[in-house]
Amino acid sequence: MSEFNPKIIAFFCNWCTFTAADLAGTSRLAYPPNLHIIRVMCSGMVDPQYIIKAFLNGADGVLIGGCWPGDCHYINGNLKARRRVAHLTEILKQYGIGEDRFWLRWIAASEGNMLQEVAQEMTEKIKVLGPSPINIK
Amino acid sequence: MTNFTKISYKKDELNVELSKLFKSLLEKEVVSGILVPSKQASGLVMQTLIVDPANADQVDPFAPVIPVSSAKIASSLTSNPSGKKIALVMRSCEVRAMIELVKLNQANLEDVLLIGLDCFGRFENKEFFKLKDQDFSSEAFIKAAQSGKTKTDGMEITEACQICTFPVADNVDIRLCVLGTESDSFGVESITDKGEKALGEIGLTGNDESGKRAEAIKNIIDKRKAELKLKLDEYNEKSNSFKALEENMAKCINCYNCRVACPVCYCKECVFVTDTFRHEGEQFLGWAQKDGALKMPTDTVFYHLTRMTHIGNFCVACGQCTSACPNDIDLTLAFKSAAIVSQKRFEYEAGRSLDEEQPLTVFHDDEMVEVTGQVK
Repeated sequence: MSEFNPKIIAFFCNWCTFTAADLAGTSRLAYPPNLHIIRVMCSGMVDPQYIIKAFLNGADGVLIGGCWPGDCHYINGNLKARRRVAHLTEILKQYGIGEDRFWLRWIAASEGNMLQEVAQEMTEKIKVLGPSPINIK
Repeated sequence: MTNFTKISYKKDELNVELSKLFKSLLEKEVVSGILVPSKQASGLVMQTLIVDPANADQVDPFAPVIPVSSAKIASSLTSNPSGKKIALVMRSCEVRAMIELVKLNQANLEDVLLIGLDCFGRFENKEFFKLKDQDFSSEAFIKAAQSGKTKTDGMEITEACQICTFPVADNVDIRLCVLGTESDSFGVESITDKGEKALGEIGLTGNDESGKRAEAIKNIIDKRKAELKLKLDEYNEKSNSFKALEENMAKCINCYNCRVACPVCYCKECVFVTDTFRHEGEQFLGWAQKDGALKMPTDTVFYHLTRMTHIGNFCVACGQCTSACPNDIDLTLAFKSAAIVSQKRFEYEAGRSLDEEQPLTVFHDDEMVEVTGQVK
């Protein structure tokens, strides 16, 4: 059997985390190709529905990347994201999607190296966890 | 500030005494209208907006049925205020939902006199409505319930009521009490200054003892708490995966009755009826391609999970979702379970207080660091 290659849906804020991903690229900091990046204007616009849909459709993990508190381009979108993530985590946990599959991380535009680390860490962790329960037939 | 007036009634005259009370509220112009469950010409008990005392003969507030959560009705009555004072007669679940709606700016308590009812539980609409031609007596139901028996004519109160730990309505101005009162009597209790003033105007300023009320309330709450724990543990144990949730919701036909019946489903337009979910035929064929077949209608689990994220913080576990479900899906426990974890996360309790801010309407720089686990 081939090695399990997790599929991670990553919602990155345009101003910080997506720019960090860009920086990682131009700095030739390689990170796992398991991340399927979706560029959004702000972590605060990631509707819980996007996350539920991703998991229902077989994502093994979901990562939301936003600006550090205080740095949001829209002042407080990331703070709203944090509360929503906290809320949704509680509900998903009940149905077998634990915190280890659903991450929110602050990654600033200058932190290309941190993006690489987070991507590696999450991919490794989910490889250990195995496929999302929804993908197990 | 609180006073308690004991009102005795003769056999079969509970509603007569209650009707006198509501009539005097209208006659003394304490309020211009009262929303209260009343028997209709059809024989069914429905919420009724009474403005003329002559129409208050058929009131039956303790009838154990809630065809529609009064919180929803109160929202239409008060969100564009008439400027006139009205009294709303509601049970605890309805009051708690109403409080959430006020915070969502979908209801208004300014000109409202809230009258809370002690509640032993309600029957499912479908079952209760079958009784309409028979001679069902709310009074007999209350008397039986006071001695711990809620089963009547082969019907039992709904599951939501069996696990409800709020038999008494809080945050009201006046309470109509039947919990722990002496038999053949009920109590009228003022809770707020507003309530005391209203009762003063109709001459109810009694200072009677409330009997064994506190004890009766504690007993019923303890019993319900045990039942709640039992049912929730059972639900949580068997519903611990998306697949289990899918099985629970297998009978869902996307009729969306549950969200129509839900008093705190607040969206003016539900996303599930917008263009977002009006997919093209080709899209469905594409999805079907993935596994070779696709269950239709689609998005049922998606719908219920979305509703959990929308109302998790506001759910008062009234059970209207289950009552509205044409296929008898046990939604109450699914939503109560989501409500418990959501509200616990934010140390919030739906309907507890008007002053508590709804969790997703406030946010601070330096909170919930554990969500990301990162410190700068």
